[in-house]
Amino acid sequence: MDFELDDDERSLQDGIRSFLAGRYPMTAVRAHEETGAAVDRDLWRALADVGVFSLRADGFGMTETALAFEELGRALANGPLVASHLAAGTTSALVGGAGDGTRIVGLVEPSEPVTVIEHLASLDDLLVVRDDGVFLVDPGSVVSTPVAHPLDALTPISVVSSLPTGEQLGGAELSASLRRDGMVLTSALQLGVCLATIDLARDYALQREQFGRPIGQFQAVKHMMADMLTKAEVTRAAVYAAAVHLDGRGDDADVAQVVRAAKVLAGDSALFCAKTCIQVHGGMGFTWEVDAQRYWKRACVLDTQFGNSDHHAAAFAAAL
Amino acid sequence: MDLQFTAEEDAFRYELRAWLGTAIASMPVQPQRDDWTARRRYDAAWQRMLFDAGYAGINWPREFGGRGATPTEHLIFLEETERARAPYVGQNFVGLLHAGPTLIAEATPDQKAFHLPGILTGEHIWCQGFSEPSAGSDLASLSCRAMRDGDDYVINGQKIWTSFGHTADYCEMLVRTDSDVPKHRGISWLIVPMGLPGMDVRPLRTMEGSTEFCEVFFDEVRVPVANRVGAENDGWRVTMVTLSFERGTAFISEMLQSMELARDLAELAKRITRNGATAWDDAGLRRDIGRICAELDALWALTKRNVSQAQRTGVVGPGGNVFKLAYAELRQRLGDLAMHLLDRASLSVDDIGDLPSGEHVHGRIHALSLGIAAGTSQVQRNIIAERILGLPKDR
Ligand SMILES: Cc1cc2nc3c(=O)[nH]c(=O)nc-3n(C[C@H](O)[C@H](O)[C@H](O)COP(=O)(O)OP(=O)(O)OC[C@H]3O[C@@H](n4cnc5c(N)ncnc54)[C@H](O)[C@@H]3O)c2cc1C
Repeated sequence: MDFELDDDERSLQDGIRSFLAGRYPMTAVRAHEETGAAVDRDLWRALADVGVFSLRADGFGMTETALAFEELGRALANGPLVASHLAAGTTSALVGGAGDGTRIVGLVEPSEPVTVIEHLASLDDLLVVRDDGVFLVDPGSVVSTPVAHPLDALTPISVVSSLPTGEQLGGAELSASLRRDGMVLTSALQLGVCLATIDLARDYALQREQFGRPIGQFQAVKHMMADMLTKAEVTRAAVYAAAVHLDGRGDDADVAQVVRAAKVLAGDSALFCAKTCIQVHGGMGFTWEVDAQRYWKRACVLDTQFGNSDHHAAAFAAAL
Repeated sequence: MDLQFTAEEDAFRYELRAWLGTAIASMPVQPQRDDWTARRRYDAAWQRMLFDAGYAGINWPREFGGRGATPTEHLIFLEETERARAPYVGQNFVGLLHAGPTLIAEATPDQKAFHLPGILTGEHIWCQGFSEPSAGSDLASLSCRAMRDGDDYVINGQKIWTSFGHTADYCEMLVRTDSDVPKHRGISWLIVPMGLPGMDVRPLRTMEGSTEFCEVFFDEVRVPVANRVGAENDGWRVTMVTLSFERGTAFISEMLQSMELARDLAELAKRITRNGATAWDDAGLRRDIGRICAELDALWALTKRNVSQAQRTGVVGPGGNVFKLAYAELRQRLGDLAMHLLDRASLSVDDIGDLPSGEHVHGRIHALSLGIAAGTSQVQRNIIAERILGLPKDR
């Protein structure tokens, strides 16, 4: 056993991180928000060029992919990243053009009390994942209403009133595997949110002074941030374990439970870290300007994707 | 100890309830959340109705135009107005809860005669210019400077987080009048009319995208020395009077609203189905709602203790800090629970059909500010540990 990143894994992750820092820095994220948050096709193709959508089709595993998605979460990259990656497939593509970024593919699971689709106006194709199978739908044929004020300004959403059946791509087995992979990749994005908010809070705690000292010198602030780090590291272990399991290098634990654990931990930790990051920033944390709120909102969005932490905690218990 | 109301208190309640029934029906529809000018008009109209009916400044002494109600009657007032879903104090908040009471305690007869009626009738909106970019939790380190020049102070510096700064007529403002003494001893409290030459008010966008608060910049702004309340350099003491009022009653209305929201959540859970069962069939969710409702009821009981103490001693005791800390945390849990229940519907800040996402998502975001505004939760813990438990300071 060696549950630590190897050199290749590390360099892949560093590569994605520096690509994002150059191509989609926070200044670009904020600018994107002001221009309506439609998926930027140039950026999308650039993401495809570094392999974000085709990693597994190109022979890499879930482990490398999760490491890449951790960076996407950290960078607050927007768009249907997980959906397009899943559409690019592993051995064969589910949707042609997803892997090279020429087509932007979204995903929806019909849900209660409402069915909501992210980024609908930017989509070329839509995967509908139901218990009994996966269907390909023309996004233009979905009857829906765009929401005027989405919680996350970078994630436009539409409320669905009618979803056509579409063309069936696979049965219950495909549906289950997309859900499972989607959960792990979403957890990786959530882990990225945790790590980014720790960096933000740490930078602020070192620089912000009150009572003649950096606020990071107050034990109360140290403890808040130590709690963030603790949750993030436990989450990291859970997310990496899930990815490694999906690559067939797991131990004898039940894969379904390992995957659920990742989504439970990642959902709760991302929300915790982001809200604590706001708290560390004091009044600044409540402003639009400071990125802490962007991460909190993204954490809210990610928690609802592929089942929220309550849902999977209950499922975990049911399987005991 | 006795939780029962006296016959007089009951009479006060029923008379108020009857009045609210007719008064609220005559109010116009509520303006949009971010239309601050319309909201000002709306808040002022409600304040005027309260004034005409003799309910303005409910707890202010009669000699200053208030109703002179006891703290218990004040509590009944907050309970009944919330129950009737009456408009909130809104932009009259600072005037009625901070500036007015401070003026009553510390201002000259002329200052009182001029300013108190405007607050009571809703004609004048006040804002609070205390915090600065470098002086938040450490408010006493504020550096916005006021230099004496003849009969004027000349102000240079900046304030931040000034709620309603863009609609207000007056600002209760703390300025530095002496930099050569320990920080608490060189502060003065001024009445500053908004819109003076040299003042620049810039709305600051909150995480909700709204412009609830502002930054206010001062460049050689002249304010008459006659606008000072209390002695020069005695502003910190004057301020402490105000802050204790804030912690006393400021959050009661919204806590009562949270009690209703928590009960509404139970109803919502009965309507939302997933996998063939209602959300309410989930024992875990029922327990969470039950626990939150129980804790809110306990905070309401704590409020009654705090009010009783204020009635006997005239000041808000440590219960105020306990309430603020406990409520801020509880309100966040209530918000989290609502978001989880709404699940995908919580991704909209507006209602989706008959799903009340708007109220719950706004409430959740607002809850994030409760642990920050009016003294952060960390500062509340410091106060509780040091002033109540007597533990040594680490600053
Ligand atoms: C919605 C809202 C409305 C507001 N309205 C007004 C208004 O109308 N007028 C006005 O004057 N102000 C207003 N404020 C400002 C508010 O009072 C300050 O934000 C608050 O006092 C915190 O100060 P700060 O933002 O500078 O945070 P900081 O003091 O910089 O705090 C940053 C972090 O450090 C922690 N910290 C600081 N000191 C200590 C310590 N000694 N021990 C442990 N931890 C510490 C804090 O808890 C926080 O987590 C408003 C704020 C908000 C959010």
